[in-house]
Amino acid sequence: MALSTNRTAINHLLKPLTAATRHLSSSSTATITIETSLPFTPHKIDPPSRAVETNPKELMKFFNDMALMRRMEIAADSLYKAKLIRGFCHLYDGQEAVAIGMEAAITKKDCIITAYRDHCIFLARGGGLHESFAELMGRKDGCSKGKGGSMHFYKKESGFYGGHGIVGAQVPLGIGLSFAQKYSKEEHVTFAMYGDGAANQGQLFEALNMAALWDLPAILVCENNHYGMGTAEWRAAKSSAYYKRGDYVPGLKVDGMDALAVKQACKFGKEHVLKNGPIILEMDTYRYHGHSMSDPGSTYRTRDEISGIRQERDPIERIRKLILAHDIATEKELKDIEKEKRKVVDEAIAKAKESPMPDPSELFTNVYVKGFGVAVFGADRKEVRATLP
Amino acid sequence: MSGIIGRKMATKGILNMNQLLLGSRVFASRTFSSSAKEMTVRDALNSALDEEMSADPKVFVMGEEVGEYQGAYKITKGLLDKYGPDRVLDTPITEAGFTGIGVGAAYHGLKPVIEFMTFNFSMQAIDHIINSAAKSNYMSAGQISVPIVFRGPNGAAAGVGAQHSQCYAAWFAACPGLKVLAPYSSEDARGLLKAAIRDPDPVVFLENELLYGESFPVSAEALDSSFSLPIGKAKIEREGKDVTITAFSKMVGYALQAAEILAKEGISAEVINLRSIRPLDRPTINASVRKTNRLVTLEEGFPQHGVGAEICASVVEESFEYLDAPVERISGADVPMPYAANLERMAVPQVEDIVRAAKRACYRAEKSVPMAAAA
Repeated sequence: MALSTNRTAINHLLKPLTAATRHLSSSSTATITIETSLPFTPHKIDPPSRAVETNPKELMKFFNDMALMRRMEIAADSLYKAKLIRGFCHLYDGQEAVAIGMEAAITKKDCIITAYRDHCIFLARGGGLHESFAELMGRKDGCSKGKGGSMHFYKKESGFYGGHGIVGAQVPLGIGLSFAQKYSKEEHVTFAMYGDGAANQGQLFEALNMAALWDLPAILVCENNHYGMGTAEWRAAKSSAYYKRGDYVPGLKVDGMDALAVKQACKFGKEHVLKNGPIILEMDTYRYHGHSMSDPGSTYRTRDEISGIRQERDPIERIRKLILAHDIATEKELKDIEKEKRKVVDEAIAKAKESPMPDPSELFTNVYVKGFGVAVFGADRKEVRATLP
Repeated sequence: MSGIIGRKMATKGILNMNQLLLGSRVFASRTFSSSAKEMTVRDALNSALDEEMSADPKVFVMGEEVGEYQGAYKITKGLLDKYGPDRVLDTPITEAGFTGIGVGAAYHGLKPVIEFMTFNFSMQAIDHIINSAAKSNYMSAGQISVPIVFRGPNGAAAGVGAQHSQCYAAWFAACPGLKVLAPYSSEDARGLLKAAIRDPDPVVFLENELLYGESFPVSAEALDSSFSLPIGKAKIEREGKDVTITAFSKMVGYALQAAEILAKEGISAEVINLRSIRPLDRPTINASVRKTNRLVTLEEGFPQHGVGAEICASVVEESFEYLDAPVERISGADVPMPYAANLERMAVPQVEDIVRAAKRACYRAEKSVPMAAAA
């Protein structure tokens, strides 16, 4: 199988590079060309090259950022079990390569919109740990002042438009963002992310039709983690070749566990849509957790499947092996980075725990931008009343 | 400014002249303002859209048949020629898709005006209106504001049957984060649509198909391109002292007719044109009821959980001691809209219903023999 030969190949590479002196500095920007583990599968388009240009600095950044994301999601799991996070909590561990690879290919003026599995996209867009944990715990230092929760993280100034709870709704919204970018004659694009579950939504096809008619710079990114909540893709979709579902819209199937493949595909996608209208990128990825914290994730898939993916395709492990193979850092240095991320996350949680809950007056803020001094009521309208600013 | 108006009158010349000539019948039943200029609601909406698109390049119109067809009801007539296909977009018949696209464009700072051919079709897109538009500013604690307008005809037309006749005022007005406006006259149409387009929040703008062709006098002030009406303020269309009648959209005209009939019988009715369903102008409504001590709420839509129910609750909560009679509700019948003309007539309020209810509120009713209909 392609995957095991890849590992053997890298193991061979490790041999000549165990010299005591560093071959490449970890902050070097010298180009390294790496071939993606799997080819891109195209639909109605010529695929990009499998040879991806990167450099040690970028690979180290991938490792650092993904390690942080992994740590954050695992910490959120514990916080949820400790009842400090309430309601819904959808974790992204396993899918980090999609967020990281995408970010490496674009700028903060390009827009990203996703559904509710949004914590790591928020981090990738420049969101902070403190504001993430504070939001998850419903505190006033949260990125949405505690009023949004896990599913409603936003960072408009870096082009991150949330954070949406209704499956599929984010796709027309994302195409709307690309409409505005084209209308304003910006040379920027929008990545509208959705899952294999949302891929069957009618509104997606309605909006994709308009994006194609009007040549909008929209890249639809299907994060296919193979399960829509508890329903496997083969039970939900007559055709689970999501990259082909756009019919007249071209598509590409990408190994979503390979951050470099994701980067290449997103770069390719951005260039394509600026000239030719929409494209679909299907990222073949996997989530280790269940759909949400209420789902053990093991009733509809086997533990062997989950651990198998962890062994063979884990995105962080892949980058670790590349870094070691190219002698950019040592194993110990990488382990130290992971320890440091653990520490940084623990500190952020401790700080977030100290953030107070929002002031009761915040119940009535941000209902409108312009409230005209209108009266607004609490549960007992004779007891709790305010005026909207 | 008058140059612009002059040019507009010249281009629309023939249409307006016909209306002025036909207007003698109309003139007789309307009170004059100092200017003799009359305008249909259709022209009022069209001119408001035109002026706002001219003033702000971020404003664009999107919907079915708004461009080349000149608008299903001709509200967007001439806009495609003037502003081009980048700003006047004909969409496929896919409300969920284009409403979502409009909301996304608003997230990014544009100012979309989304037309629903009728609000019955807004149900296909209602998730985007409520969950994507109305709630975003709150969920994002002010980061994502949504300066969008959803407009189109609402409520019953004539003989269009059950799926094309519903009034959505109560549903949308229940939702925090939305503003809901319902113009009656041409001045309302111009002022409220301009206010809606300029407003930074999502606005549901409920027009009425049967009002589009009606002419109303418009003041010089209302014709100015900077004109707008405040959101959240009702208008006292007719002052009175015996009973308050609240109404919006087409029903305002019916209430005014009822007030004329009541006046001949010695009952002075105060007619309030709500203009704004959300925010509801509770102060004006309550002040009026405190003056007259009697209230009739009037709407075209379904009675249960309707606009009248909210007004009644508001008045009972805030002005209970001032009420001298139970609050009366006149609304559409509690049935899907039938097609047969006689049944349709029974399914919407008629002027005699309003008169009867006002008399009941004044304890002046004839002994009523309710019509028994066994279902």
